[in-house]
Amino acid sequence: MPAETTTLARLTGPATEAGRCLLFLFRMLSGIRPRAEHLRLVLQQTYLIGARSLVIIMICGFFVGMVLSLQAINALEQFGASDQVSLLVGKSLFRELGPVLTALLFAGRAGTSITAEIGLMKATNQLEAMELMAIDPVQRVALPRFLAGVISVPLLTAMFSALAILGSVVFSIGVMGLDAGIFWSKLQTGVYFGKDFLGGVWKSLLFGGIVSLIAVYLGYAAKPTGAGVGTATTNTVVLSSVLILIFDFIMTSFLT
Amino acid sequence: MNTIHQTAHASSDPIIRIRDLVFRRGSRTILDGINIDIPRGSVVAFMGPSGVGKTTILRLISGQLRPDAGTVEVNGQRVSAMSDRALHHFRRSIGVLLQDGALFTDLTVFENIATPVREHTDLPEPLLRRLVMSKLNAVGLGGIEERMPHELSGGMARRVAFARAVVLDPDIMLYDEPMTGLDPIAVSTIRTLMRETNDTLGQTSIVVSHNVTQVRQFADYCYIIASAKIAGEGPPEQLVGSSEPSVDQFMNGRVEGPIPFHYAPPGAAWSLLD
Repeated sequence: MPAETTTLARLTGPATEAGRCLLFLFRMLSGIRPRAEHLRLVLQQTYLIGARSLVIIMICGFFVGMVLSLQAINALEQFGASDQVSLLVGKSLFRELGPVLTALLFAGRAGTSITAEIGLMKATNQLEAMELMAIDPVQRVALPRFLAGVISVPLLTAMFSALAILGSVVFSIGVMGLDAGIFWSKLQTGVYFGKDFLGGVWKSLLFGGIVSLIAVYLGYAAKPTGAGVGTATTNTVVLSSVLILIFDFIMTSFLT
Repeated sequence: MNTIHQTAHASSDPIIRIRDLVFRRGSRTILDGINIDIPRGSVVAFMGPSGVGKTTILRLISGQLRPDAGTVEVNGQRVSAMSDRALHHFRRSIGVLLQDGALFTDLTVFENIATPVREHTDLPEPLLRRLVMSKLNAVGLGGIEERMPHELSGGMARRVAFARAVVLDPDIMLYDEPMTGLDPIAVSTIRTLMRETNDTLGQTSIVVSHNVTQVRQFADYCYIIASAKIAGEGPPEQLVGSSEPSVDQFMNGRVEGPIPFHYAPPGAAWSLLD
Protein backbone atom coordinates (compact mmCIF):
# COMPACT_ATOMS: atom_id res chain seq x y z
CA MET A 1 0.00 0.00 0.00
CA PRO A 2 2.67 2.58 0.88
CA ALA A 3 4.60 1.65 -2.27
CA GLU A 4 1.48 2.29 -4.33
CA THR A 5 0.90 5.61 -2.64
CA THR A 6 4.42 6.80 -3.36
CA THR A 7 4.23 5.71 -7.00
CA LEU A 8 0.90 7.45 -7.33
CA ALA A 9 2.27 10.53 -5.59
CA ARG A 10 5.25 10.53 -7.93
CA LEU A 11 2.98 10.42 -10.92
CA THR A 12 0.47 12.98 -9.72
CA GLY A 13 2.94 15.26 -7.90
CA PRO A 14 4.27 17.12 -10.97
CA ALA A 15 0.75 17.36 -12.43
CA THR A 16 -0.58 18.86 -9.19
CA GLU A 17 2.31 21.29 -9.09
CA ALA A 18 1.77 22.27 -12.74
CA GLY A 19 -1.92 22.83 -11.96
CA ARG A 20 -1.03 25.04 -9.00
CA CYS A 21 1.38 26.98 -11.17
CA LEU A 22 -1.32 27.61 -13.79
CA LEU A 23 -3.82 28.66 -11.11
CA PHE A 24 -1.17 31.07 -9.88
CA LEU A 25 -0.91 32.46 -13.42
CA PHE A 26 -4.68 33.00 -13.57
CA ARG A 27 -4.62 34.62 -10.14
CA MET A 28 -1.95 37.03 -11.34
CA LEU A 29 -3.62 37.86 -14.65
CA SER A 30 -7.11 38.25 -13.17
CA GLY A 31 -5.81 41.10 -11.03
CA ILE A 32 -4.36 43.28 -13.79
CA ARG A 33 -5.63 46.82 -13.24
CA PRO A 34 -4.59 49.84 -15.28
CA ARG A 35 -3.22 51.78 -12.32
CA ALA A 36 -0.35 54.22 -12.56
CA GLU A 37 1.26 52.66 -9.47
CA HIS A 38 1.25 49.19 -11.05
CA LEU A 39 2.57 50.49 -14.36
CA ARG A 40 5.40 52.12 -12.46
CA LEU A 41 6.24 48.80 -10.78
CA VAL A 42 6.25 46.95 -14.11
CA LEU A 43 8.59 49.55 -15.64
CA GLN A 44 10.86 49.41 -12.60
CA GLN A 45 11.09 45.62 -12.81
CA THR A 46 11.63 45.72 -16.56
CA TYR A 47 14.63 47.91 -15.87
CA LEU A 48 15.90 45.76 -12.99
CA ILE A 49 15.59 42.36 -14.66
CA GLY A 50 15.60 43.33 -18.34
CA ALA A 51 17.97 46.22 -18.79
CA ARG A 52 20.43 44.82 -16.29
CA SER A 53 20.64 41.54 -18.25
CA LEU A 54 21.70 43.47 -21.37
CA VAL A 55 25.47 43.23 -20.91
CA ILE A 56 25.63 39.45 -20.48
CA ILE A 57 23.16 38.94 -23.36
CA MET A 58 25.19 41.21 -25.67
CA ILE A 59 28.54 39.61 -24.86
CA CYS A 60 27.14 36.10 -25.33
CA GLY A 61 25.36 37.09 -28.55
CA PHE A 62 28.53 38.53 -30.05
CA PHE A 63 30.58 35.41 -29.38
CA VAL A 64 27.82 33.04 -30.48
CA GLY A 65 27.75 34.93 -33.81
CA MET A 66 31.53 34.60 -34.16
CA VAL A 67 31.70 30.89 -33.34
CA LEU A 68 28.71 30.15 -35.56
CA SER A 69 30.42 31.85 -38.49
CA LEU A 70 33.68 30.05 -37.77
CA GLN A 71 31.98 26.64 -37.83
CA ALA A 72 29.83 27.53 -40.82
CA ILE A 73 32.73 28.76 -42.90
CA ASN A 74 34.76 25.63 -42.03
CA ALA A 75 31.90 23.38 -43.12
CA LEU A 76 30.81 25.39 -46.18
CA GLU A 77 34.36 25.79 -47.51
CA GLN A 78 34.42 22.08 -48.35
CA PHE A 79 31.71 22.72 -50.93
CA GLY A 80 33.07 26.07 -51.98
CA ALA A 81 30.00 27.73 -50.52
CA SER A 82 31.47 29.88 -47.80
CA ASP A 83 29.65 32.94 -49.20
CA GLN A 84 26.42 31.40 -47.89
CA VAL A 85 27.57 31.92 -44.30
CA SER A 86 25.22 34.84 -43.54
CA LEU A 87 22.23 32.80 -44.67
CA LEU A 88 23.11 29.93 -42.37
CA VAL A 89 23.96 32.16 -39.42
CA GLY A 90 20.83 34.31 -39.93
CA LYS A 91 18.37 31.43 -40.22
CA SER A 92 19.75 29.47 -37.27
CA LEU A 93 19.94 32.60 -35.12
CA PHE A 94 16.49 34.05 -35.70
CA ARG A 95 14.72 30.70 -35.61
CA GLU A 96 16.51 28.83 -32.84
CA LEU A 97 19.64 30.08 -31.19
CA GLY A 98 18.49 33.62 -30.49
CA PRO A 99 15.28 32.78 -28.60
CA VAL A 100 16.59 29.61 -26.91
CA LEU A 101 19.98 30.90 -25.75
CA THR A 102 18.52 34.24 -24.61
CA ALA A 103 15.84 32.44 -22.59
CA LEU A 104 18.43 30.10 -21.03
CA LEU A 105 20.68 33.05 -20.13
CA PHE A 106 17.69 34.98 -18.82
CA ALA A 107 16.71 32.03 -16.60
CA GLY A 108 20.21 31.99 -15.12
CA ARG A 109 20.62 35.73 -14.77
CA ALA A 110 17.14 37.06 -13.94
CA GLY A 111 15.02 33.99 -13.13
CA THR A 112 17.23 33.02 -10.22
CA SER A 113 17.25 36.52 -8.77
CA ILE A 114 13.44 36.73 -9.00
CA THR A 115 12.99 33.41 -7.18
CA ALA A 116 15.57 34.23 -4.52
CA GLU A 117 14.14 37.71 -3.96
CA ILE A 118 10.53 36.55 -3.57
CA GLY A 119 11.59 33.55 -1.45
CA LEU A 120 13.57 35.83 0.83
CA MET A 121 10.67 38.29 1.08
CA LYS A 122 8.55 35.35 2.19
CA ALA A 123 11.14 34.15 4.70
CA THR A 124 11.41 37.62 6.25
CA ASN A 125 7.60 38.00 6.55
CA GLN A 126 7.47 40.84 4.01
CA LEU A 127 4.72 39.08 2.06
CA GLU A 128 2.73 38.54 5.25
CA ALA A 129 3.18 42.22 6.13
CA MET A 130 1.74 43.14 2.71
CA GLU A 131 -1.28 40.91 3.19
CA LEU A 132 -1.89 42.57 6.54
CA MET A 133 -1.78 45.98 4.86
CA ALA A 134 -4.51 44.75 2.50
CA ILE A 135 -2.00 44.66 -0.34
CA ASP A 136 -2.14 41.47 -2.40
CA PRO A 137 1.47 40.28 -2.73
CA VAL A 138 0.58 38.35 -5.89
CA GLN A 139 -0.40 41.64 -7.55
CA ARG A 140 2.27 43.75 -5.96
CA VAL A 141 5.29 41.44 -6.08
CA ALA A 142 4.66 38.57 -8.51
CA LEU A 143 2.70 40.24 -11.33
CA PRO A 144 5.14 43.11 -12.10
CA ARG A 145 8.07 40.66 -12.25
CA PHE A 146 6.13 38.28 -14.48
CA LEU A 147 5.07 41.01 -16.91
CA ALA A 148 8.57 42.48 -16.90
CA GLY A 149 9.93 39.07 -17.94
CA VAL A 150 7.41 38.72 -20.76
CA ILE A 151 8.32 42.21 -22.01
CA SER A 152 12.08 41.80 -21.58
CA VAL A 153 12.82 38.42 -23.16
CA PRO A 154 11.72 39.28 -26.75
CA LEU A 155 13.63 42.57 -26.57
CA LEU A 156 16.70 40.83 -25.18
CA THR A 157 16.38 38.22 -27.93
CA ALA A 158 16.45 41.01 -30.50
CA MET A 159 19.62 42.42 -28.92
CA PHE A 160 21.18 38.96 -28.79
CA SER A 161 20.50 38.35 -32.49
CA ALA A 162 21.69 41.82 -33.50
CA LEU A 163 24.98 41.35 -31.65
CA ALA A 164 25.36 37.84 -33.09
CA ILE A 165 25.01 39.24 -36.61
CA LEU A 166 27.61 41.84 -35.69
CA GLY A 167 29.88 39.04 -34.43
CA SER A 168 29.37 37.23 -37.70
CA VAL A 169 30.21 40.37 -39.67
CA VAL A 170 33.38 40.92 -37.67
CA PHE A 171 34.53 37.34 -38.18
CA SER A 172 33.37 36.64 -41.74
CA ILE A 173 34.16 39.99 -43.32
CA GLY A 174 36.79 41.34 -40.97
CA VAL A 175 38.79 38.18 -40.26
CA MET A 176 38.02 35.79 -43.12
CA GLY A 177 37.78 38.50 -45.74
CA LEU A 178 34.41 37.55 -47.25
CA ASP A 179 32.72 40.11 -49.49
CA ALA A 180 30.47 42.45 -47.52
CA GLY A 181 27.99 42.92 -50.36
CA ILE A 182 27.43 39.19 -50.76
CA PHE A 183 27.14 38.75 -47.00
CA TRP A 184 24.34 41.33 -46.66
CA SER A 185 22.48 40.43 -49.84
CA LYS A 186 22.33 36.72 -48.89
CA LEU A 187 21.01 37.70 -45.47
CA GLN A 188 18.44 40.05 -46.99
CA THR A 189 17.10 37.67 -49.63
CA GLY A 190 17.36 34.37 -47.77
CA VAL A 191 16.04 35.22 -44.30
CA TYR A 192 12.29 35.91 -44.26
CA PHE A 193 10.68 38.40 -41.93
CA GLY A 194 7.50 36.42 -41.25
CA LYS A 195 8.73 32.86 -41.14
CA ASP A 196 12.16 33.32 -39.62
CA PHE A 197 12.13 36.55 -37.64
CA LEU A 198 8.53 36.61 -36.35
CA GLY A 199 8.70 32.87 -35.64
CA GLY A 200 11.55 33.63 -33.28
CA VAL A 201 9.64 36.51 -31.69
CA TRP A 202 6.65 34.25 -30.85
CA LYS A 203 9.02 31.74 -29.35
CA SER A 204 10.77 34.31 -27.22
CA LEU A 205 7.44 35.64 -25.94
CA LEU A 206 6.47 32.13 -24.84
CA PHE A 207 9.90 31.48 -23.32
CA GLY A 208 9.77 34.78 -21.45
CA GLY A 209 6.39 33.75 -20.04
CA ILE A 210 7.63 30.28 -19.04
CA VAL A 211 10.80 31.47 -17.29
CA SER A 212 9.09 34.34 -15.46
CA LEU A 213 6.10 32.23 -14.40
CA ILE A 214 8.35 29.50 -13.01
CA ALA A 215 10.59 32.05 -11.30
CA VAL A 216 7.78 33.91 -9.53
CA TYR A 217 5.81 30.76 -8.72
CA LEU A 218 8.75 28.86 -7.21
CA GLY A 219 9.76 31.92 -5.21
CA TYR A 220 6.24 32.30 -3.93
CA ALA A 221 5.92 28.59 -3.11
CA ALA A 222 9.42 28.29 -1.59
CA LYS A 223 9.80 27.01 1.96
CA PRO A 224 10.58 30.14 4.00
CA THR A 225 14.03 28.96 5.07
CA GLY A 226 17.56 29.41 3.73
CA ALA A 227 17.62 25.87 2.33
CA GLY A 228 14.11 26.24 0.90
CA VAL A 229 15.01 29.40 -1.01
CA GLY A 230 18.23 27.75 -2.25
CA THR A 231 16.35 24.72 -3.59
CA ALA A 232 13.72 26.91 -5.23
CA THR A 233 16.43 28.95 -6.99
CA THR A 234 18.11 25.82 -8.36
CA ASN A 235 14.74 24.44 -9.46
CA THR A 236 14.02 27.64 -11.37
CA VAL A 237 17.07 27.15 -13.57
CA VAL A 238 16.61 23.41 -14.03
CA LEU A 239 12.89 23.48 -14.68
CA SER A 240 12.87 26.50 -16.97
CA SER A 241 15.81 25.18 -19.03
CA VAL A 242 14.10 21.83 -19.57
CA LEU A 243 10.76 23.44 -20.40
CA ILE A 244 12.35 25.93 -22.81
CA LEU A 245 13.88 23.09 -24.82
CA ILE A 246 10.68 21.00 -24.77
CA PHE A 247 8.50 23.92 -25.84
CA ASP A 248 11.07 24.92 -28.43
CA PHE A 249 10.55 21.58 -30.18
CA ILE A 250 6.75 21.79 -29.86
CA MET A 251 6.61 25.34 -31.21
CA THR A 252 9.04 24.64 -34.03
CA SER A 253 7.00 21.68 -35.20
CA PHE A 254 3.87 23.86 -35.28
CA LEU A 255 5.48 26.91 -36.85
CA THR A 256 7.23 25.15 -39.73
CA MET B 1 -6.23 54.25 33.56
CA ASN B 2 -7.52 51.05 35.06
CA THR B 3 -10.70 52.64 36.25
CA ILE B 4 -11.42 54.01 32.78
CA HIS B 5 -10.67 50.61 31.41
CA GLN B 6 -12.90 48.80 33.81
CA THR B 7 -15.79 51.13 33.10
CA ALA B 8 -15.27 50.56 29.42
CA HIS B 9 -14.88 46.87 30.01
CA ALA B 10 -18.25 46.73 31.65
CA SER B 11 -19.89 48.50 28.72
CA SER B 12 -21.83 46.34 26.28
CA ASP B 13 -19.97 47.46 23.16
CA PRO B 14 -16.52 45.92 22.98
CA ILE B 15 -14.64 46.59 19.72
CA ILE B 16 -13.42 42.99 19.63
CA ARG B 17 -15.54 40.12 20.89
CA ILE B 18 -14.28 36.56 20.84
CA ARG B 19 -16.65 33.73 21.77
CA ASP B 20 -15.95 30.02 22.44
CA LEU B 21 -12.94 30.12 20.17
CA VAL B 22 -11.38 26.78 19.27
CA PHE B 23 -8.34 26.48 17.03
CA ARG B 24 -6.50 23.26 16.18
CA ARG B 25 -3.31 22.48 14.30
CA GLY B 26 -3.54 18.89 13.20
CA SER B 27 -4.44 16.91 16.29
CA ARG B 28 -3.08 19.59 18.64
CA THR B 29 -5.59 21.97 20.18
CA ILE B 30 -3.93 25.39 20.35
CA LEU B 31 -6.86 27.37 21.75
CA ASP B 32 -9.82 25.75 23.45
CA GLY B 33 -12.96 27.70 24.30
CA ILE B 34 -11.53 31.21 24.63
CA ASN B 35 -13.84 34.17 25.45
CA ILE B 36 -12.46 37.68 25.24
CA ASP B 37 -13.99 41.18 25.16
CA ILE B 38 -11.72 44.06 24.26
CA PRO B 39 -13.16 47.50 25.01
CA ARG B 40 -12.69 50.42 22.61
CA GLY B 41 -9.71 52.61 23.42
CA SER B 42 -7.87 50.18 25.64
CA VAL B 43 -4.42 48.61 25.46
CA VAL B 44 -4.74 44.90 26.09
CA ALA B 45 -1.86 42.47 26.42
CA PHE B 46 -1.80 38.75 25.74
CA MET B 47 0.87 37.01 27.73
CA GLY B 48 1.99 33.46 28.21
CA PRO B 49 4.85 31.09 27.57
CA SER B 50 6.31 30.83 24.05
CA GLY B 51 4.40 28.68 21.59
CA VAL B 52 1.17 28.85 23.54
CA GLY B 53 -0.91 30.46 20.79
CA LYS B 54 -0.70 34.18 21.56
CA THR B 55 0.28 35.04 18.00
CA THR B 56 -2.45 32.68 16.81
CA ILE B 57 -5.02 34.92 18.52
CA LEU B 58 -3.63 37.96 16.64
CA ARG B 59 -3.85 36.02 13.38
CA LEU B 60 -7.43 35.03 14.14
CA ILE B 61 -8.31 38.68 14.76
CA SER B 62 -6.62 39.83 11.53
CA GLY B 63 -8.36 37.04 9.61
CA GLN B 64 -5.14 35.28 8.51
CA LEU B 65 -6.40 32.15 10.26
CA ARG B 66 -9.95 30.90 10.66
CA PRO B 67 -11.18 29.27 13.85
CA ASP B 68 -12.33 25.64 13.98
CA ALA B 69 -15.22 26.69 16.18
CA GLY B 70 -16.48 29.89 17.79
CA THR B 71 -16.50 33.45 16.48
CA VAL B 72 -14.25 36.49 16.26
CA GLU B 73 -16.13 39.78 15.88
CA VAL B 74 -14.52 43.15 15.24
CA ASN B 75 -16.78 46.21 15.27
CA GLY B 76 -19.76 43.87 15.14
CA GLN B 77 -18.55 42.12 11.98
CA ARG B 78 -17.61 38.46 12.06
CA VAL B 79 -14.01 38.25 10.83
CA SER B 80 -14.26 34.47 10.79
CA ALA B 81 -17.01 34.58 8.15
CA MET B 82 -15.63 37.33 5.88
CA SER B 83 -15.08 36.79 2.16
CA ASP B 84 -11.63 37.59 0.77
CA ARG B 85 -12.93 40.92 -0.53
CA ALA B 86 -14.47 41.85 2.83
CA LEU B 87 -11.28 40.81 4.59
CA HIS B 88 -9.26 42.99 2.24
CA HIS B 89 -11.48 45.96 3.11
CA PHE B 90 -11.41 45.15 6.83
CA ARG B 91 -7.61 45.06 6.95
CA ARG B 92 -7.41 48.71 5.94
CA SER B 93 -8.77 49.53 9.40
CA ILE B 94 -6.11 47.57 11.26
CA GLY B 95 -2.40 48.18 11.63
CA VAL B 96 -0.01 45.37 12.41
CA LEU B 97 3.54 45.51 13.72
CA LEU B 98 5.15 42.13 13.14
CA GLN B 99 7.83 40.68 15.36
CA ASP B 100 10.83 41.69 13.23
CA GLY B 101 9.21 44.75 11.64
CA ALA B 102 9.21 43.10 8.17
CA LEU B 103 10.28 46.25 6.32
CA PHE B 104 10.42 45.90 2.53
CA THR B 105 14.15 45.44 1.99
CA ASP B 106 14.15 46.75 -1.59
CA LEU B 107 12.55 50.10 -0.71
CA THR B 108 13.82 53.18 1.11
CA VAL B 109 12.39 54.12 4.51
CA PHE B 110 10.22 56.74 2.79
CA GLU B 111 8.83 54.29 0.24
CA ASN B 112 8.23 51.71 2.97
CA ILE B 113 5.96 54.08 4.85
CA ALA B 114 4.41 55.40 1.64
CA THR B 115 3.50 51.94 0.31
CA PRO B 116 0.13 51.49 2.09
CA VAL B 117 -0.83 55.09 1.21
CA ARG B 118 0.06 54.71 -2.46
CA GLU B 119 -1.80 51.41 -2.61
CA HIS B 120 -5.03 52.54 -0.96
CA THR B 121 -5.36 56.24 -1.74
CA ASP B 122 -4.76 58.60 -4.63
CA LEU B 123 -3.09 61.23 -2.49
CA PRO B 124 -1.11 63.75 -4.56
CA GLU B 125 2.66 63.45 -4.14
CA PRO B 126 3.22 66.64 -2.05
CA LEU B 127 0.51 65.60 0.44
CA LEU B 128 1.83 62.05 0.55
CA ARG B 129 5.27 63.44 1.32
CA ARG B 130 3.93 65.55 4.19
CA LEU B 131 1.99 62.61 5.62
CA VAL B 132 4.97 60.25 5.51
CA MET B 133 7.34 62.84 6.95
CA SER B 134 4.93 63.67 9.77
CA LYS B 135 4.75 59.99 10.74
CA LEU B 136 8.51 59.66 10.51
CA ASN B 137 8.94 62.74 12.70
CA ALA B 138 6.43 61.35 15.16
CA VAL B 139 8.65 58.33 15.74
CA GLY B 140 11.65 60.65 16.08
CA LEU B 141 13.36 59.62 12.85
CA GLY B 142 12.99 62.68 10.61
CA GLY B 143 15.94 62.85 8.19
CA ILE B 144 16.47 59.13 7.56
CA GLU B 145 13.83 58.83 4.80
CA GLU B 146 16.32 58.07 2.04
CA ARG B 147 18.09 55.27 3.91
CA MET B 148 17.60 51.60 3.09
CA PRO B 149 16.32 49.21 5.78
CA HIS B 150 19.66 47.39 6.07
CA GLU B 151 21.29 50.67 7.12
CA LEU B 152 19.10 50.96 10.21
CA SER B 153 19.64 49.63 13.72
CA GLY B 154 17.10 47.15 15.13
CA GLY B 155 15.36 49.84 17.17
CA MET B 156 15.18 52.28 14.26
CA ALA B 157 13.81 49.58 11.93
CA ARG B 158 11.10 48.75 14.47
CA ARG B 159 10.17 52.44 14.72
CA VAL B 160 9.98 52.76 10.92
CA ALA B 161 7.76 49.66 10.85
CA PHE B 162 5.64 51.32 13.53
CA ALA B 163 5.30 54.47 11.42
CA ARG B 164 4.28 52.32 8.44
CA ALA B 165 1.68 50.46 10.52
CA VAL B 166 0.02 53.69 11.73
CA VAL B 167 0.32 55.72 8.52
CA LEU B 168 -3.34 55.22 7.57
CA ASP B 169 -4.51 55.89 11.17
CA PRO B 170 -6.00 52.43 11.84
CA ASP B 171 -8.69 51.91 14.50
CA ILE B 172 -7.02 48.80 15.84
CA MET B 173 -3.32 48.11 16.27
CA LEU B 174 -1.98 44.58 16.61
CA TYR B 175 1.55 44.20 17.98
CA ASP B 176 3.38 40.88 17.85
CA GLU B 177 6.23 40.93 20.38
CA PRO B 178 7.03 44.58 19.59
CA MET B 179 9.91 44.82 22.04
CA THR B 180 11.73 41.53 21.52
CA GLY B 181 15.43 41.87 20.74
CA LEU B 182 15.65 45.62 21.38
CA ASP B 183 17.92 47.49 23.77
CA PRO B 184 16.33 49.04 26.89
CA ILE B 185 16.16 52.55 25.40
CA ALA B 186 14.49 51.28 22.22
CA VAL B 187 12.08 49.24 24.36
CA SER B 188 11.00 52.34 26.27
CA THR B 189 10.66 54.33 23.05
CA ILE B 190 8.40 51.72 21.44
CA ARG B 191 6.41 51.39 24.65
CA THR B 192 5.82 55.14 24.87
CA LEU B 193 4.94 55.35 21.17
CA MET B 194 2.42 52.54 21.52
CA ARG B 195 0.69 54.07 24.53
CA GLU B 196 0.70 57.66 23.20
CA THR B 197 -0.51 56.76 19.73
CA ASN B 198 -3.27 54.67 21.24
CA ASP B 199 -4.49 57.48 23.47
CA THR B 200 -4.12 60.40 21.06
CA LEU B 201 -5.67 58.66 18.06
CA GLY B 202 -8.29 56.84 20.10
CA GLN B 203 -7.11 53.46 18.90
CA THR B 204 -7.48 50.07 20.49
CA SER B 205 -4.23 48.15 20.83
CA ILE B 206 -3.59 44.47 21.31
CA VAL B 207 -0.09 43.50 22.28
CA VAL B 208 1.40 40.03 22.40
CA SER B 209 4.35 39.99 24.72
CA HIS B 210 6.09 37.91 27.33
CA ASN B 211 7.87 40.79 28.94
CA VAL B 212 6.11 41.02 32.30
CA THR B 213 7.88 44.20 33.44
CA GLN B 214 7.03 46.10 30.25
CA VAL B 215 3.43 44.95 30.12
CA ARG B 216 2.90 46.25 33.64
CA GLN B 217 3.92 49.68 32.43
CA PHE B 218 1.66 50.10 29.42
CA ALA B 219 -1.24 47.65 29.44
CA ASP B 220 -4.68 48.37 30.89
CA TYR B 221 -5.72 44.78 30.95
CA CYS B 222 -3.96 41.50 30.51
CA TYR B 223 -4.86 37.96 29.51
CA ILE B 224 -2.58 35.06 30.37
CA ILE B 225 -2.87 32.09 28.06
CA ALA B 226 -1.62 28.71 29.22
CA SER B 227 -2.51 25.20 28.12
CA ALA B 228 -4.93 26.45 25.40
CA LYS B 229 -7.08 28.32 27.94
CA ILE B 230 -7.17 31.72 29.58
CA ALA B 231 -5.37 31.02 32.83
CA GLY B 232 -5.92 34.48 34.24
CA GLU B 233 -7.09 37.96 33.32
CA GLY B 234 -7.17 41.38 34.88
CA PRO B 235 -5.13 44.54 35.22
CA PRO B 236 -1.43 43.55 35.27
CA GLU B 237 -0.89 44.76 38.85
CA GLN B 238 -3.58 42.40 40.07
CA LEU B 239 -2.16 39.47 38.13
CA VAL B 240 1.27 39.77 39.73
CA GLY B 241 -0.27 38.99 43.09
CA SER B 242 -2.57 36.29 41.73
CA SER B 243 -2.94 33.05 43.63
CA GLU B 244 -3.84 31.11 40.47
CA PRO B 245 -0.87 28.71 40.04
CA SER B 246 -0.26 29.14 36.24
CA VAL B 247 -0.55 32.93 36.52
CA ASP B 248 1.77 33.04 39.51
CA GLN B 249 4.28 30.76 37.75
CA PHE B 250 4.35 32.91 34.59
CA MET B 251 4.24 36.38 36.19
CA ASN B 252 7.02 35.47 38.60
CA GLY B 253 9.03 33.29 36.23
CA ARG B 254 9.11 30.06 38.23
CA VAL B 255 10.27 26.75 36.71
CA GLU B 256 8.03 24.69 38.98
CA GLY B 257 4.31 24.94 38.35
CA PRO B 258 1.44 23.71 36.25
CA ILE B 259 2.99 24.94 32.94
CA PRO B 260 5.13 21.92 32.06
CA PHE B 261 8.82 21.94 31.16
CA HIS B 262 8.27 19.03 28.75
CA TYR B 263 6.44 19.72 25.48
CA ALA B 264 4.78 16.26 25.42
CA PRO B 265 3.10 14.70 28.46
CA PRO B 266 5.30 12.23 30.39
CA GLY B 267 5.12 8.77 28.86
CA ALA B 268 4.91 10.07 25.31
CA ALA B 269 8.57 11.08 25.47
CA TRP B 270 11.39 8.53 25.51
CA SER B 271 12.51 7.18 28.82
CA LEU B 272 15.94 6.20 30.09
CA LEU B 273 14.43 3.20 31.84
CA ASP B 274 13.08 1.51 28.69
